[in-house]
Amino acid sequence: MSGVRITDTTLRDGSHAMAHRFTERQVRDTVRALDDAGVPVIEVAHGDGLAGSTFNYGFSLTDELELIAAAVDEARHARVAVLLVPGVGTVEDMRRAADVGAQIVRVATHCTEADVAIQHFGAARDLGLETVGFLMLSHMAEPEALAAQARIMVDAGCQCPYVVDSAGALVLEQASDRVAALIAEVGGDAEVGYHGHSNLALGVANSVLAQRVGALQIDGSTRGLGAGAGNSPTEVLVAVFDRLGVETGVDLPAILAAAEEVVAPYIERVPAMDRSSIVLGHAGAYSSFLIHAERAADRYDVAAHEILAEVGRRGYVGGQEDMIIDIALELAGR
Amino acid sequence: MARVPVAILGSGNIGTDLAIKLLRSERLELTSVVGIDPDSEGLRRARELGVATSAEGIDWLLDGPAKPEIVFEATSAYAHRANAPRLEAAGIQAIDLTPAALGPFVVPVVNLGDHLDAPNVNLISCGGQATIPMVAAVSRVTTVPYAEIVASVSSASAGPGTRANIDEFTQTTARGVELAGGAQQGRAIIILNPADPPLLMRNTVFAAVDPATDRDAIAASIEAMAAEVAEYVPGYRLTAPPQFDEPRTEWDGRARVTVLLEVEGAGDFLPRHAGNLDVMTAAAAAVGERLAAARLGAAA
Repeated sequence: MSGVRITDTTLRDGSHAMAHRFTERQVRDTVRALDDAGVPVIEVAHGDGLAGSTFNYGFSLTDELELIAAAVDEARHARVAVLLVPGVGTVEDMRRAADVGAQIVRVATHCTEADVAIQHFGAARDLGLETVGFLMLSHMAEPEALAAQARIMVDAGCQCPYVVDSAGALVLEQASDRVAALIAEVGGDAEVGYHGHSNLALGVANSVLAQRVGALQIDGSTRGLGAGAGNSPTEVLVAVFDRLGVETGVDLPAILAAAEEVVAPYIERVPAMDRSSIVLGHAGAYSSFLIHAERAADRYDVAAHEILAEVGRRGYVGGQEDMIIDIALELAGR
Repeated sequence: MARVPVAILGSGNIGTDLAIKLLRSERLELTSVVGIDPDSEGLRRARELGVATSAEGIDWLLDGPAKPEIVFEATSAYAHRANAPRLEAAGIQAIDLTPAALGPFVVPVVNLGDHLDAPNVNLISCGGQATIPMVAAVSRVTTVPYAEIVASVSSASAGPGTRANIDEFTQTTARGVELAGGAQQGRAIIILNPADPPLLMRNTVFAAVDPATDRDAIAASIEAMAAEVAEYVPGYRLTAPPQFDEPRTEWDGRARVTVLLEVEGAGDFLPRHAGNLDVMTAAAAAVGERLAAARLGAAA
C-alpha cells in the first residue's frame, strides 16, 4: 500500500490568517490534538518563517521560539518543523529553533532562486536537522526549470524539495507535471513534496495528482487555516487519501475532532474563496499578500482585489509585501 | 587642480563601473585597475579606458614605483581580509566595497565626516547605502527605537557572492541601520525578484516613531536627505511622499513612518536596473571624493 507523509502547517501558514497572533495556549492545544491524531510533522513559526516578525509581515504576539518550544514540549510522536526564508531569517535563527527542539527545517526560496539557500541547507545538515526545500510560487517556473532548482537544493543537502503553490495558481496537471519533473530530476536522491492552496479550489485535487505521480510528502492545514483562501485542509486530505487507499498514518476521527473542536473555535477569520483570493490564484500572486492588501485597501480607500491583480501584473514575489503600499498609493492617485 | 592617485583592486563588473565614475573625477586620478586574471574582461575594459592594469594583484600594487594613496577594494570579503593589513602597513587608505566590514561603516551623506582619517572604511551593503540615509533622516529628528529596511533587487543583479552568503547581507545591513542610521534596533530583509525585463531596485524603510513627533519635520528631513543622496546617485528617488500610520498595539503603541524608494542605475557600465550596484559604486566614488578633498585640504 502506498503512502504519504502529512505535514500540518496550521501553526505556520495559519499564522497569516491569524495575523501572527497565536497564543502559547492555542499552540499547545493544537499540537496535542494533531499529535494524538498521528500527524507526523507539525510546522510552527511566524507565517513568513523564522524572524518574520517585522513591520513588513506583521509582528508576532508571542515570540515564535516560545511557541516552538511549547510545541516540542507537547509533541510525543510528531516532529516539529520550522520555516526559514533566506533574506528574512538566518542560520542563526535556525540554530536558535534547533536549540529549543525543532527537528526539521523547511528552507524556502522563490522558485528560481534556490542558490540563496545553499548555506542554510549546509548549516541545517551540520546541525543534524532534517531538511525540506520550498520552491515558492512554483507556477512561475516551467517544470524543467523548476526541477533544475530542486537539483540545486538537493545538492546542497535538501532531503525533500517541494512544489509550493504559494499563489494557489496551479491547475491540475500544472501541479503534477511539476512534481513529476522534480521526481525525474532528484528521485533516488530525495523525496518530493507538494504544498497546495485553495484559491482556485484545487489544493486537495492537486495533492492527489501529486501523490499519483510520486510525491511522498503533502502539506495541509486544519480548517485550511492559511494564507489566501487557505491551504489544503489536513482533515480533507486524510479523508480523501483514505478513500483512495493511500496510507497517511493519521486517524480520521481524531483529525476531524482536532479541526472541529480545537482549531475551529479560535479562528477569527475563516479563509474563504472570496473575490480577492480567487484573484490571487488567477493572477498568480503570493497568498500571504491578501491581508496586507486588505489593510492597504482600507487605509487608502482602494479595492484589495485590484491591488492583488496589479501585484500579479508586476511580477512581485513572496516577501515584497511593502510594494502593496506602493500600488495602493498609485491606485488611489488615479 | 592637484589630484589624489587612487587604484581599484578587483576587475569585475563593479570595478569597471567604478572606474568609469572615477575617470570623471576632478580630485581623483585613477592610476591603475588591478586584478588576478590576465584574461579578465575587466582588465581589458580598463585598458580600453586608458588605465594601467596588472593581473598580479596587490603585490604589484605595493611593489610598484607609484603607490596610490587610496585603494578601492572591489574584490571579495575574503580577499579584503588578507589585503587590508598590507594596505594599512603601506599607508594606503582603503575604501572597502566588500562585506568584510573591517573598518567603520560609512554612508557619504550620513557619517563620513567622522571617519576621514580611518585607514579603512566600509560601505556596508547596497541595501545599506540605499536605505540608511533615510533611517538617519528620521533619527536626526526623533528617537527611532526600531527601523526596518526591505531591499528588492533584480535576480540578474545579485552576484554569486551575495547569493552564497545572503545572511551576511541581512546581518551587516541591520547593524548599519543601527550604527550609521541611528536606530536603536535595526532589521534588514532582502528579496531577489527574477522578473524579466528586470525591475529597478526598490527599497522600503519603516521606522517606529513616537506618535507625538512632528511629522512635517520628519517628512522634510527625508525629502532633504533624498535630494542629497541624489547628488551622487542621480537615479535615487522617493516614489511617494513619506507615509505615516497611526499607532497600533502590535507596534508597542508607536506610530510608523514608511519611506518608499526607487534606485535607477546611471548605466555607466552596469545596466540601469542594477540600481543596487550603482548605489555602491556611486557611494564609493563619493567617499573617495570626500577623502581626497580632506587630503588636498590638509596638504594645502
